[in-house]
Amino acid sequence: MIAALLVMIGIAVFLGAVLGFSAIKFKVQGNPLVDKIDAVLPQTQCGQCGYPGCKPYAEAIAKGEAEINKCPPGGEEGIRKLADLLGKEFIPFGEGAAPKAKSVAFIDENICIGCTLCIQACPVDAIAGAAKQMHTIIASECTGCELCIAPCPVDCISMLPIGEDITNWKWRYPVFPIRATI
Amino acid sequence: MKAAFKFHGGVHPPTHKTESTGTPIAQAALPSKLVIPLHQHVGARAKPVVQVGEHVLKGQTIGQPEGRLSSTVHAPTSGTVSAIDLQLVAHHSGLPDLCITLIPDGKDEWIAHSGVDYKQTPHTELRHLLRQAGVVGLGGAVFPSDVKAYSNKHKIKTMVLNGAECEPYITCDDLLMRERASDILRGAEVLRELLYAEEVLIGIEDNKPEAIAAMRQAVIDDRHEHMQVIAVPTVYPSGGAKQLMRILTGIEVAAGVRSTEKGLQCFNVATAYSAWRAIAHGEPLLSRIVTVTGNVECAQNFEVLLGTPVGELVAQAGSRPDTDKYIMGGPMMGVQLPAATVGITKAANCIIASSPALFPPPLPALPCIRCTRCAEVCPAELQPQDLYWFAKANNFGKAQEFHLFDCIECGACAYVCPSHIPLVNYYRYAKSEIWAREQESQAAEVARERHEYRQFRIEREKQEKAEKLAQKEKAAAVAKAEAAQTPVATPLDPNADPDDTMQLRINAALARAKEQAAAAHPKNTEALTPQQQAEIAEADARRAQAHEMALSDAERKNE
Repeated sequence: MIAALLVMIGIAVFLGAVLGFSAIKFKVQGNPLVDKIDAVLPQTQCGQCGYPGCKPYAEAIAKGEAEINKCPPGGEEGIRKLADLLGKEFIPFGEGAAPKAKSVAFIDENICIGCTLCIQACPVDAIAGAAKQMHTIIASECTGCELCIAPCPVDCISMLPIGEDITNWKWRYPVFPIRATI
Repeated sequence: MKAAFKFHGGVHPPTHKTESTGTPIAQAALPSKLVIPLHQHVGARAKPVVQVGEHVLKGQTIGQPEGRLSSTVHAPTSGTVSAIDLQLVAHHSGLPDLCITLIPDGKDEWIAHSGVDYKQTPHTELRHLLRQAGVVGLGGAVFPSDVKAYSNKHKIKTMVLNGAECEPYITCDDLLMRERASDILRGAEVLRELLYAEEVLIGIEDNKPEAIAAMRQAVIDDRHEHMQVIAVPTVYPSGGAKQLMRILTGIEVAAGVRSTEKGLQCFNVATAYSAWRAIAHGEPLLSRIVTVTGNVECAQNFEVLLGTPVGELVAQAGSRPDTDKYIMGGPMMGVQLPAATVGITKAANCIIASSPALFPPPLPALPCIRCTRCAEVCPAELQPQDLYWFAKANNFGKAQEFHLFDCIECGACAYVCPSHIPLVNYYRYAKSEIWAREQESQAAEVARERHEYRQFRIEREKQEKAEKLAQKEKAAAVAKAEAAQTPVATPLDPNADPDDTMQLRINAALARAKEQAAAAHPKNTEALTPQQQAEIAEADARRAQAHEMALSDAERKNE
């Protein structure tokens, strides 16, 4: 009887130790759901969702504090992906939050005074320049978040939509008439 | 010798080849201008290296390759550069691309050029010559040949020379093989040497008996030991690289596997020919054979300078008034040209003048009845009806699962479809959507990394600033305390070894520094107005406050 109890206690202690050890050893850093949501978001870091970047928005969604339709750069497809991921219903964009055409910032270098305010605002370090030196956008890194436009004291930054050329042209969805049944 | 193997599926569209094989290759007349696209090859666009108004000689480089996968563009004749701007090009999008417009001066004056003996030249040098000569795959894929003629990790056993020319209407390779077989084989020999291949299998469809005979004769005449001409059955698309490899060797190159991993490499006959001209004669790729056929008076093959406007070329074959559009390439895979001003490119093997009578508009599409005739003819052994279904529903993940990217867009499925569904358009749509998404997610990944690094950097800078300030404050406090304690020169460290001159010197230097610090006085502080005094006091107070804040900050951190 006592032997059996001891054996059971021994097993319980051993398994408890294993569980305790693995809880420390294999601890998951951060919330994996946040990373999954963050992976769906377009990483423009524009703050149009009301959060200071994509990660904070992902955290807010994971906590259930934010709706999934707050990210215009992600487009409707982004909402659909988030809805799929979270098992929620698709919600359309709210008023005035419709996605815009993709664009990149452009600095008019004749007007730029080299104040570095836009450099400080750029969330992805896509502006090159230094104090009292002309600034310029590294177009390939620009996410089109528009965060540099507001701080510019001389309004020398404008957003240029990315036009279609041979390198980024896409085949259209085939549209053709289907004959009416005879 | 006959081919021993077969590939799955294939179709037998009317070949329409005899129209253009009756006359030998003619030299096309010098056009009034040449519109030379800078992106005629797979890879990065060539960079223009001439100025508007500059006079260039025939064979002079006008576009320099950029990056590893790129090719050179040359002036096809001597003349003056009249523009470097966006012009319509042969592309499905109908969008313009950067082109150099050249007005020929009629002298056709060559730049100095000479060939090399390929047997005496190192392989890297030969590859460089091919790149400098702008030699790319002339079968239509226009992949830079210098990149292909290189086998590093994978030993190439068999080099396939593609003379199948399976697409209807096109006869440029046929005529080239009939008339210039020995140069083709010499070029193939150079490419074989570059690859260290053991054998060269030349596949030619059996509807070209003259070409087969000419090539066989040339193999015998020039004593090419490693070469073998094999007649392959006429079935579309036997000229696809993987399909021809399968026919000639029986080796199937699986999905996602490169043919080089299976010891195979494939070149077009025209590529071999231009490689020979480049190596042995130093002539860059300036012209190519183009079949002009369809709705013309006299269909035939021309040797055409690259950049020749399609309209001017077709006029030489006698254009008919009811021609409503031009197709570059064959009827199965060709590109409909946006205008007759588009210049001939390295990929242009054929120009078909089209009329409503010749190519009536496609019949309206009916719903798919899942008859699977497309699956029966698909040379890539795919399930086109399923791919169509997924592409139509924008279910791209599933389309990829069904190996969408193995589709070679040959058009056999659409050709047999009883519902006239433009199947290939769906596959192209799905492919380009998937590529665009791939690019977007890569861009997002880069943006995420940059953003995270920026946040890390800002945090680090903040910390560094605080630490620096705290250290300064500490040092100042220590100095103050020491100055109050010992106004005299620091005595020598009692523990210091008197013989250790280094320690002595350090101590002496410390003492000197302290003296200097004590002697330093703020300058220009005499004769200050009371207002200035007040300002200074205010600034001092602010500074003290900042120091205090930083100190307490650092202390809090230490805790």
